[in-house]
Amino acid sequence: MVAQGGPSTLFLAGLRGWIRAFGPYRWASDRMKDWGIGGRTLVIGIPYLWLLLFFLVPFIIVFKISLSDVRLGMPPYEPVIQWVDSQVIGIRMNLANYAFLFEDPLYRNAYLNSIKVAAISTLLCLLIGYPLAYGIARTGASWRNLLLLLVMLPFWTSFLLRVYAWIGLLGRNSPFNQLLLSLGIIDQPISLLQTDIAVYIGIVYSYLPFMVLPLYANLEKMDITLLEAAADLGCRPTKAFLTITLPLSMPGIIAGSLLVFIPAVGEFVIPALLGGPDSLMIGRVLWEEFFNNRDWPVASAVAIAMLLLLVVPIMWFQYAQARQVGVHR
Amino acid sequence: MASPRPEARLEPWKDPAAEPYVRIEKVTKKFGDFVAVHQVSLKIYRGEIFCLLGASGCGKTTLLRMLAGFEQPSEGRIWIDGTDMTGIPPYERPVNMMFQSYALFPHMTVEQNVAFGLKQDGVPKAEIRERVAAMLDLVKLTPFAGRRPHQLSGGQRQRVALARSLIKQPKLLLLDEPLGALDKKLREHTQFELVNLQEKLGVTFVVVTHDQEEAMTLASRIGVMDHGEIVQVGTPSDIYEYPNSRFVADFIGSVNLFEGTLIEDEPDYVRVSAAELGGTFYVSHGVSAPPNATVWVALRPEKITISREQPAGDEDNRVQGVVAEIAYLGDMSIYLVRLATGRTVRITQPNIRRQAAVSAERITWDEEVWLSWDAASPVVVTQ
Repeated sequence: MVAQGGPSTLFLAGLRGWIRAFGPYRWASDRMKDWGIGGRTLVIGIPYLWLLLFFLVPFIIVFKISLSDVRLGMPPYEPVIQWVDSQVIGIRMNLANYAFLFEDPLYRNAYLNSIKVAAISTLLCLLIGYPLAYGIARTGASWRNLLLLLVMLPFWTSFLLRVYAWIGLLGRNSPFNQLLLSLGIIDQPISLLQTDIAVYIGIVYSYLPFMVLPLYANLEKMDITLLEAAADLGCRPTKAFLTITLPLSMPGIIAGSLLVFIPAVGEFVIPALLGGPDSLMIGRVLWEEFFNNRDWPVASAVAIAMLLLLVVPIMWFQYAQARQVGVHR
Repeated sequence: MASPRPEARLEPWKDPAAEPYVRIEKVTKKFGDFVAVHQVSLKIYRGEIFCLLGASGCGKTTLLRMLAGFEQPSEGRIWIDGTDMTGIPPYERPVNMMFQSYALFPHMTVEQNVAFGLKQDGVPKAEIRERVAAMLDLVKLTPFAGRRPHQLSGGQRQRVALARSLIKQPKLLLLDEPLGALDKKLREHTQFELVNLQEKLGVTFVVVTHDQEEAMTLASRIGVMDHGEIVQVGTPSDIYEYPNSRFVADFIGSVNLFEGTLIEDEPDYVRVSAAELGGTFYVSHGVSAPPNATVWVALRPEKITISREQPAGDEDNRVQGVVAEIAYLGDMSIYLVRLATGRTVRITQPNIRRQAAVSAERITWDEEVWLSWDAASPVVVTQ
């Protein structure tokens, strides 16, 4: 075992020794040991620090804004915490913004509509993505990578550009319309733009890879002999799919569905570009509150409520993942 | 013939009137250009444990998968219980298989795994419960009925796989390396359990294995496979004592093989001169080969006697050499003896007496010894 180190291993060992002997490194690692910070704490700590800085702190700021009052000026809200006569800290919490969300049916409808659109889009993605992922997973190894690349290829173009492209494809002068007109199937061009259908097309198109990839990863791992065993015990292929493949791919279905559902709920660009004035989604309401109404407190309350709405599925996702790890242990 | 002779019932392959349960006729399987199984014909009878034995890649698993219906033969036909199996999918065959990897359904409990086959046939729920309970009892897994496969040990998984493949009471059970994943002690124990179970249930077993010891203990007959072809079919003792080729002799157990020339060929004996041996073999069985043909003599290590004194008798079947190596294995010892020609011969001798008691008379390194064997011991093979 001793003689196994090749030249590269020897080089690495030498490099490591050199770094250890290097003054600043020694000083830094000694100081960190004094504070009780080892290598492991550092590796776990950095992402947590990142999340603290760029997720928790902004969240607290938005939460604080959601509790304040509107005012004209810069910033467009009253401070929540302020010094009164330089002696007392005055905290003015205004829950009216949240109450407003419940009072005005616009917000409730926007939330419900967002969830409906996201749920239907997720289901459509699953119906299209499952056969696609299954097909790719069962293709020979030489073709598989090419097919996967094709699934991921749209990511190489800007998301915004791809949504804009759909405006051309769904409009009155689209190639589809021209084809259908020339074939005589329709006599009036159909425009899908500014309809819910266009929003669904846009979301399903944009988020399909997020469904296909986790499903593929799951289906590709599946042991084919399980299906042979099922067939051997008298199970027909369709039934084998329903009793073996489908339950075993559940973690992939859940992962893919959440990856589509969560961003789709808050989607802003697609309904704004493809949807009509009545396709109300919470992302659009949020935008309008912030930039058109300049009502930052209500907009922040909308954002916080949306976050809470999404935390539930995220927790469920975590739970499902933990369970999956348990099964495959 | 009014009733079959008793040995015909035990050894149905000797009875020309017996109807084979599985008939494989000139089956060939090609994957692209690669010929996995080539022109295999076999007859397997009811109640047999038939072992397909061969090194990995010899086509034995492909042959088994064709019996199960996972692969279709490129040429030839397979009959099971008188029915031509061509084009019949696995889920309609009266056959069950125990997979090498066990292929247990990870999302089902032991009980659900075992019940799976019965559910497919629409057996009433109460009957399923009853039969599964009886089967779990038979394989001693009742306390584990509610567990998932990943919560079981290797031996328990093997028994679940066995129970699942037996629950439909198949007439033919295919076993792919059934004991491969078990450790040695458990394997020996399970071998005997398998044979007992097979006798109790009267199922015909076709077992694929690369382990010759496993084949010897389990099988009523062994089919030795090499490069997609069956090279010899016979009982374990036939295969061991009368190999028909150098390959079989070498594959089953260990053997000393000597190339030689046929110098006398009579119906009841042959004499072979072997340059490597520096002497001649006198073998008490005839060989169908032209005179002066090149043949090989196979001599098993345990059939050679090692002694200090020159054995009585004529010049044949004995040779002198020097002990080069001794390996003491407890129940027996292996001697490697170098002959004057430079060739090393392997001899195994059972340690009948305790070693310490006989140390003075024990043969040791660098001693001059005589090797001798009975005329009935060597086997002459021509290919």
